[in-house]
Amino acid sequence: MSEKIKVTSEKIKDIFIKIADVLIENKNYLTELDAAIGDADHGINMARGFKKVKEKIEDDSFKNNSDLVKTVAMTLISTVGGASGPLYGTAFLNISKIIPDSDFDIDSFIKIGETVIEGIQKLGKAQRGEKTMLDTIIPAVNALRESKVKGLSLERALEECKKAAEEGMKATIPLLATKGRASYLGERSKGHQDPGATSSYLIIKVIVDELISEME
Amino acid sequence: MKKKLINDPENVVVEMIEGIVKAKPSKLRKLDNYNVVVRKDAPLDKVALVSGGGSGHEPAHAGYVGEGMLDAAVAGDVFTSPTPDAIFEAIKTVNGGKGVLLIVKNYTGDVMNFEMAEDMAVAEGIEVAHVVVNDDVAVEDSLYTTGRRGVAGTIFVHKIAGAKAAAGAELSEVKKAAEKVISNVRTKGMALYPCRVPSAEEPTFKLEEDEMELGIGIHGEPGTQRTKVKKADEIVDDLLGSILSDINFENGDEVALMVNGMGGTPLMELFIANRRAHQVLENRGIKVYKNFVDEFMTSLEMAGMSITLLKLDQELKELLDAPTDINLMK
Repeated sequence: MSEKIKVTSEKIKDIFIKIADVLIENKNYLTELDAAIGDADHGINMARGFKKVKEKIEDDSFKNNSDLVKTVAMTLISTVGGASGPLYGTAFLNISKIIPDSDFDIDSFIKIGETVIEGIQKLGKAQRGEKTMLDTIIPAVNALRESKVKGLSLERALEECKKAAEEGMKATIPLLATKGRASYLGERSKGHQDPGATSSYLIIKVIVDELISEME
Repeated sequence: MKKKLINDPENVVVEMIEGIVKAKPSKLRKLDNYNVVVRKDAPLDKVALVSGGGSGHEPAHAGYVGEGMLDAAVAGDVFTSPTPDAIFEAIKTVNGGKGVLLIVKNYTGDVMNFEMAEDMAVAEGIEVAHVVVNDDVAVEDSLYTTGRRGVAGTIFVHKIAGAKAAAGAELSEVKKAAEKVISNVRTKGMALYPCRVPSAEEPTFKLEEDEMELGIGIHGEPGTQRTKVKKADEIVDDLLGSILSDINFENGDEVALMVNGMGGTPLMELFIANRRAHQVLENRGIKVYKNFVDEFMTSLEMAGMSITLLKLDQELKELLDAPTDINLMK
């Protein structure tokens, strides 16, 4: 598969603005999920951070993709707080170091996914199956790898990635939390969808949908 | 939406900080653009102490900024840890050249943000160390969890590390004193009514009129066990029972006992609990060297309390008695 797609800074800016809108729209939903097993602020924190991201990038122009993504990362680190601020901030900071400037192919997306996982794992010391954002992200990246092996089209690979992310998110419901604030509930953390896994899914969904609409 | 004495949920933290520094204008100031309270006379020629965390735990942490305790407190949003840039500003402001100790409560977000700030400060050549307080016996410490939470016992760490720093100790010695407190302090909390954060319409968890939660943390997260409401003495027996079975206490040991209100409990009830706590400790042959009954680390208007025991030795007793201008800890 040697399909490539061109993603400019303007497009990435659009994607972040869409992510911001979706997270602001889902503020109460994420907060309700967090109220069940955490401290009811995930939606509020994510909405606050991405609102600031939107303000910061909307009217600015950026030298390149890396510059733009780095601005997003630093804004999240300095506004979100909680655990999500450093985790998402580090994830985007890692992306900014490797993001291509024009042509993206399946390998670029796999590499982006891997650097996100690496950043989150280093900071959060979590594995898959511990009821965290990684339960969405790891299967999503695995789906990209599998799609590459199967030789699927880039569009199909992105679709598979989104599907795996959604399944991963839903699979957090029966899990016992052993990381983050939900871990303090022990057995009582079971039966609830993880808010971090949910925000990760919402972000992946926007990225995939936007990229696919670009390909059409 | 519950009635609250606020203007706008978005502004509660900054308006609170402005009010705190107005109350002690000769001693405290707020950093421009950051929700950070620092001693007006900082930096001083001693190891500096910085702590902080989410807001909603008042008087923690800004209420402990002063002589003999903290040099700066960094306030995050309600129940949300502060961001690394704010912590970094606090470190830079109070560093007097002898290094800075960060006192962090063991909550995932707090630990990550303080560690990021420490990295930033170290990169600028500032000597920084941190300790993580994990006094809550309600949650398990095992390979599989992020460990015990840091709750009201943190105030003893502020007091003792603060006294050690004021006495002119080096950063490593102040850190060692803080770690000694951490290994000897245990807490467990309970709630009769949940709290409601200013930006949310619903309480952080729901309790029936005849129910209570045992083993709560301080961020409105539910506890580890829900039971029917019990009498004060039975509740104290449960909390102290968990604490006493977690750490090795021997006949004749001396302790500091803290009965801490969660923000929505009258002092009358705290004193009733305190009375029972003394009975239980006396029966075990444990002597209360110093007793603290008040609100030290709250959870907005949550009704409930936590009990903390700090096992003392000669050094800890002296540092606990050392002078401070924080009335609650005198």
